[in-house]
Amino acid sequence: MAAAEKPPVTITGAGPLSGVLSGLLTWIDQRFPLVSSWKEHLAEYYAPKNFNFWYYFGSLALLVLVMQLVTGIFLTMFYKPDAAQAFASVEYIMRDVWGGWVIRYMHSTGGSMFFLAVYLHMFRGLLYGSYRKPRELVWIIGMLIFLCLMAEAFFGYLLPWGQMSYWGAQVIVNLFDAIPVIGPTLALWIRGDYVVSDATLNRFFAFHVIAIPLVLLGLVAAHILALHEVGSNNPDGIEIKDKKDAAGRPLDGIPFHPYYTVKDTLGAVVFLIVFAIGVFFVPELGGYFLEYNNFIPADPLRTPAHIAPLWYFTPYYSILRATTETFMWALSAGVIGMVALIVLSVGNNLVRLATVAAGAALLVAFYVLEPKVWGVVLMGAAVMIFIPLPWLDLSPVKSIRYKGPLFKIALAVFVIAFVVLGYLGTQPVTDTSTLISQVCTALYFMFFLLMPWYSTLDKCKPEPERVTW
Amino acid sequence: MVMKFAKNLARATVLVALLTPLAALASADGAKLQKAPVKLNDLVSLQRGAQVFVNYCLNCHSASYMRYNRLRDLGLSDDQIRDNLIFTGVKVGELMQVAMDRKDAKEWFGVPPPDLTVTARSRSSEAGSGAEWMYTYLRAFYRDPERPTGWNNLVFDNVAMPHALWQWSGQQRLAVQEFNSHDAAAAALLQARSVARVDEISGKDKDGKKVTRWVLKTIQPGSAGTLTPLEYDKRVADLVNYMAYMAEPARLEREQIGIFVLLLLGILFVFAYLLKKEYWKDVH
Repeated sequence: MAAAEKPPVTITGAGPLSGVLSGLLTWIDQRFPLVSSWKEHLAEYYAPKNFNFWYYFGSLALLVLVMQLVTGIFLTMFYKPDAAQAFASVEYIMRDVWGGWVIRYMHSTGGSMFFLAVYLHMFRGLLYGSYRKPRELVWIIGMLIFLCLMAEAFFGYLLPWGQMSYWGAQVIVNLFDAIPVIGPTLALWIRGDYVVSDATLNRFFAFHVIAIPLVLLGLVAAHILALHEVGSNNPDGIEIKDKKDAAGRPLDGIPFHPYYTVKDTLGAVVFLIVFAIGVFFVPELGGYFLEYNNFIPADPLRTPAHIAPLWYFTPYYSILRATTETFMWALSAGVIGMVALIVLSVGNNLVRLATVAAGAALLVAFYVLEPKVWGVVLMGAAVMIFIPLPWLDLSPVKSIRYKGPLFKIALAVFVIAFVVLGYLGTQPVTDTSTLISQVCTALYFMFFLLMPWYSTLDKCKPEPERVTW
Repeated sequence: MVMKFAKNLARATVLVALLTPLAALASADGAKLQKAPVKLNDLVSLQRGAQVFVNYCLNCHSASYMRYNRLRDLGLSDDQIRDNLIFTGVKVGELMQVAMDRKDAKEWFGVPPPDLTVTARSRSSEAGSGAEWMYTYLRAFYRDPERPTGWNNLVFDNVAMPHALWQWSGQQRLAVQEFNSHDAAAAALLQARSVARVDEISGKDKDGKKVTRWVLKTIQPGSAGTLTPLEYDKRVADLVNYMAYMAEPARLEREQIGIFVLLLLGILFVFAYLLKKEYWKDVH
């Protein structure tokens, strides 16, 4: 029997309670992997000692996730997922529910903060090559979390049932209409009606409060398990497991608990200060956290002049809007360029043939299907293209500290393109803004698609033997 | 080769960054909004505003997310609210509903008057806060014989609402001044002392050539009301103050609690920092 085989747990330092606590923990540990889990994930999980500012955002994203779950539970106690009552029930929460306004603002500000933390967390991955071998699965699971987060935010945004909720959902669901053959039926199936309506609100509520959060929690657990299997990367991008002491502990590693638990606590307090400024002083943040138009109840008969999603979706919204008929020419040129580049770079004739065939098929498809379809495809591709990153980056080093100027420039251009796309997505369309978003869309994709070449050409510096500060 | 490519990329980046502000310029339109003197801690102003609101607005508009007894925030007792501010005989815990039937309202005005509870929030835009919009709007009505109600508005063109406060303000009229250049019109707009707006009009002259003119539209005093312009502005300010309060009754409390929360987090920061420093002193 397993119960007898495990050694007893001894607790010291609790005074007269030590004996009782030791007995209790022994009883639990002989029936549940308590001590071993504690050691594996906290007390004896060795993390590199040189984590910097960028390494706070993983634990902060987890903190926001917990806050969103808790505030969300309280909101569901008072919110009514009913087209006739939803808007009023949110105002009821804001006015008549004791402390309702703080819960609601925490949830709405938390949505933006979640994306802020996750975007910075992803940027850290880009900076230090955290997606590279052996962390490919950590990265891919992380990208699935990002997808879930987008779905979660999209479904949740319909719930206040304001004008932007309504028309935002209308615009996004109508995108499915563009898919050939099955599109209209699919859009109808998603909405449950011919327009966004009470039926849509009810199913989006179900997705927002249970379906997506369940998947999200599972993925977050998988993300952390996968990370703890391979160990954390660090700003130098070298493996601390390569240099171990006699006891088999990484020389540059420190136990996650207590070192990083106290450090992340400090990070959490600083984050909460920023968060509290949002919740208590600028809950609307000039329309970036709560859109002004969303204080008007949804009206299916009145389309707002300017429909814009919240800031965290605007880079992708810009890519969607940038895909006009003229942009298809640029896209075709891009495909031809990519095919030429691949054909010239690979030696395998089969790969060459397949590339040419795929390129030709794409070019034909560009003129068979309308640009709107390709806008949707590009928007989706812009999100998914992070996934193959571990195989696109062929640089001999992981971290930006030792990468050459090409990667640094490429990353800077990518970040600028991302921010400009994000800004333009909040603004009404003009000819100039469309042109700029097209340039930025091209730059966004070039960062990924040209990476195999510029990461090979780049002049990298040698990595150090041990981590540096 | 590589460096040249990098340089070009950098150039393209700078170009994109430089072009961005152009896109921002392209949006703004409509009348210049005037700063609303919102003071959420001025209870007297809020009480006067509430009085104007229930007397003049609540006949056609509802405020159906707001309860009468929430006005206790303004220093009023339930009895005072019941005796002075409720005209429909509803209980003091009821919402500020309107008796006007939506169908009738649509027939009379073309559109049913919108609910006003959160208008101070929904009317916010890049041009200014919702309070600023309302403060300007309520002072921008002018006589227009072409409109079915006889009223038009510089902030809200062809508005369906007649000027409900005209007895106070008097019947203002519109003054139009034409300019040949946009700059001249914009300069005149800066100097305008009332609510004003510049519109672009284009047409053809007698030779069929396309011409563009800019007109400055300003509100001018017409027949006098029962209040002086200054008194009228003050009363509108009270009303707007109340509506800003009504849009988010918890706002003052929110900011007060916020300061305590920040102080508390500040103290927590000191301890969290010291704890981290203590543990990390042996990490090299």
